[in-house]
Amino acid sequence: MAPPNGTTAVALPVLPTAEERYWLTTLKRLARRRTALFGLAVVVIVLLAATFAPWLTPFDPLEQDINQRLKEPGWQNAAGQMHPLGTDHLGRDILARVIFGSRIALVVGLSAVLISGVLGMMIGLVAGYFGGKVDDFFMRLADIQLAFPFILLAIAVIGVLGANLRNIIIVIGVSSWVIYARVVRGEVLSIRERDFVQAAIALGSRDGRILVRHVLPNAFTPWLVVATLDMARVIVIESALSFLGLGVQPPTPTWGGMLADGRVYLSTAWWLATFPGLAILVTVLGINLLGDGLRDTLDPRLNV
Amino acid sequence: MKSYVLRRLWQAVLVLFGVSFVVFMILHLTGDPAALLLPPDATAEDVARFRTAMGFDDPWIVQYLRFLKGALQGNFGESLRHGEPAMHLVVERLPATFQLAGAGLLLALCLAIPAGIISAVKRNTVIDYFSTVVALLGQAMPTFWLGIMLILVFSVRLNWLPSSGRGDLQHLVLPAITLGLFTTARITRLTRSGMLEVLGQDYIRTARAKGVSEQPVVWKHALKNASIPIVTIIGIELGTLLGGSVITETIFAWPGVGRLSVQAIFNRDYPVVQAAVFILASTFVLLNFVVDLAYTWLDPRIRFR
Repeated sequence: MAPPNGTTAVALPVLPTAEERYWLTTLKRLARRRTALFGLAVVVIVLLAATFAPWLTPFDPLEQDINQRLKEPGWQNAAGQMHPLGTDHLGRDILARVIFGSRIALVVGLSAVLISGVLGMMIGLVAGYFGGKVDDFFMRLADIQLAFPFILLAIAVIGVLGANLRNIIIVIGVSSWVIYARVVRGEVLSIRERDFVQAAIALGSRDGRILVRHVLPNAFTPWLVVATLDMARVIVIESALSFLGLGVQPPTPTWGGMLADGRVYLSTAWWLATFPGLAILVTVLGINLLGDGLRDTLDPRLNV
Repeated sequence: MKSYVLRRLWQAVLVLFGVSFVVFMILHLTGDPAALLLPPDATAEDVARFRTAMGFDDPWIVQYLRFLKGALQGNFGESLRHGEPAMHLVVERLPATFQLAGAGLLLALCLAIPAGIISAVKRNTVIDYFSTVVALLGQAMPTFWLGIMLILVFSVRLNWLPSSGRGDLQHLVLPAITLGLFTTARITRLTRSGMLEVLGQDYIRTARAKGVSEQPVVWKHALKNASIPIVTIIGIELGTLLGGSVITETIFAWPGVGRLSVQAIFNRDYPVVQAAVFILASTFVLLNFVVDLAYTWLDPRIRFR
């Protein structure tokens, strides 16, 4: 079909946009760091394990079997099924519970980071862009938030509100905004003085438009690094809450809850406490390495 | 310098007011503090009478000012379980918490600063890789798991060290390692990167060029300049240590404020919870004020601001 206006159509190769090129380069540079690649692999494996949990193990993480209590790793039951990591005090398969436990860790981690990340991003944008009294107010608020030992405030508030998935996500999410706000604010302070923002102001753009169109995209990179590293912290907090009995309640498997159970049987069955802890260690290590790699690739000067 | 100190002091006071408000709010989160403070089987009349007696029907600002007045006098009410003033219970257990946090910090500084310096000086050698791997693992290891594993190995299997309680120095070893490892890991990494940056500076080259031997270059010229971020992180890590004491004390049955607050939360003993949170947060604010003062000594430029 002839194109309109009599011009000839030329098939142009689809070139990546500037933004796509940026992320492509970033990905290539990230892949050159072996530790970051290892971190990425761990994160992908944990994500896959959480997603496909029911297909990865023949055992139901909640199914008790009193005849198979506290069996050591590698134990085979009468049906010839093996428990690679052994069974717990109620005869439940530990591997199945470790795999299913990743779901709570990731759900809490991702949701809480999303809440605190968005909250912190908004506060950081507003504080950095408007400065003055607004800035002072939010920075004092940040000091107040940081004055509390995080875990103590979290258990006090969750103790009052009640321990369930929703409350845990909200409490961790709402009280973790400070680091995002500080980092984004720092970026905004420098971006605000750049020519393209000054030009937008001179052209009469409204504040909201400048913040969203010009400042936010430039503050996104450090935000992403902080969010990655903070995810590791949130997963540890969630496990600590579960360990203390203030996390998602049993029988739902959580890594922290499994550890608390295992602590009771420490002298007779070491595997109960050892494997869920290893799961936390490896997951957190993976996320930290990925976060470090992202920081070194995207923004080496970022101080987090 | 005076204005700098005064400004920091004013900020610390503002933060303490904020802290008191948050602590006040803990009890008012559900909207009905009377129901939280009374046993679940209290009758509706009991609740109503209690509410009037405690002034929970007053406007919240009146209630807050009343709470603030009490807090300033160290009065958070009586413990619902022990029948003693809540503040008294907390203060009684502070030395145990300070001892544990202090031991954790001391351990961290004694290990981390030499390890960080050696890592930086011997960059990319086996020693450097080893300390980096240990630091990475230390940062990823959850406190409660580390504590349990230490008990498993050193108390249950080897029977070398006690697994619970406070007493002689032996009781302190496992809890201090448990509490201090994360901080050790963090300060090691920070010292290493700080030293690497400083060792590349011109004044270090000048010092070497004029014939200063390697030891004083590293330990005097470089370390003092690398110490400002280290002191900053110590201020922040004090918070980590005080918070970490909640978990560590619970695992090792260490009779400090952290364990007391966890027990108080489970016993719904809210006056004790409020007193404990307030005291630990205030301690953190005061210690950080001291850290700010330490800057003026380390970095004379601040004195002239």
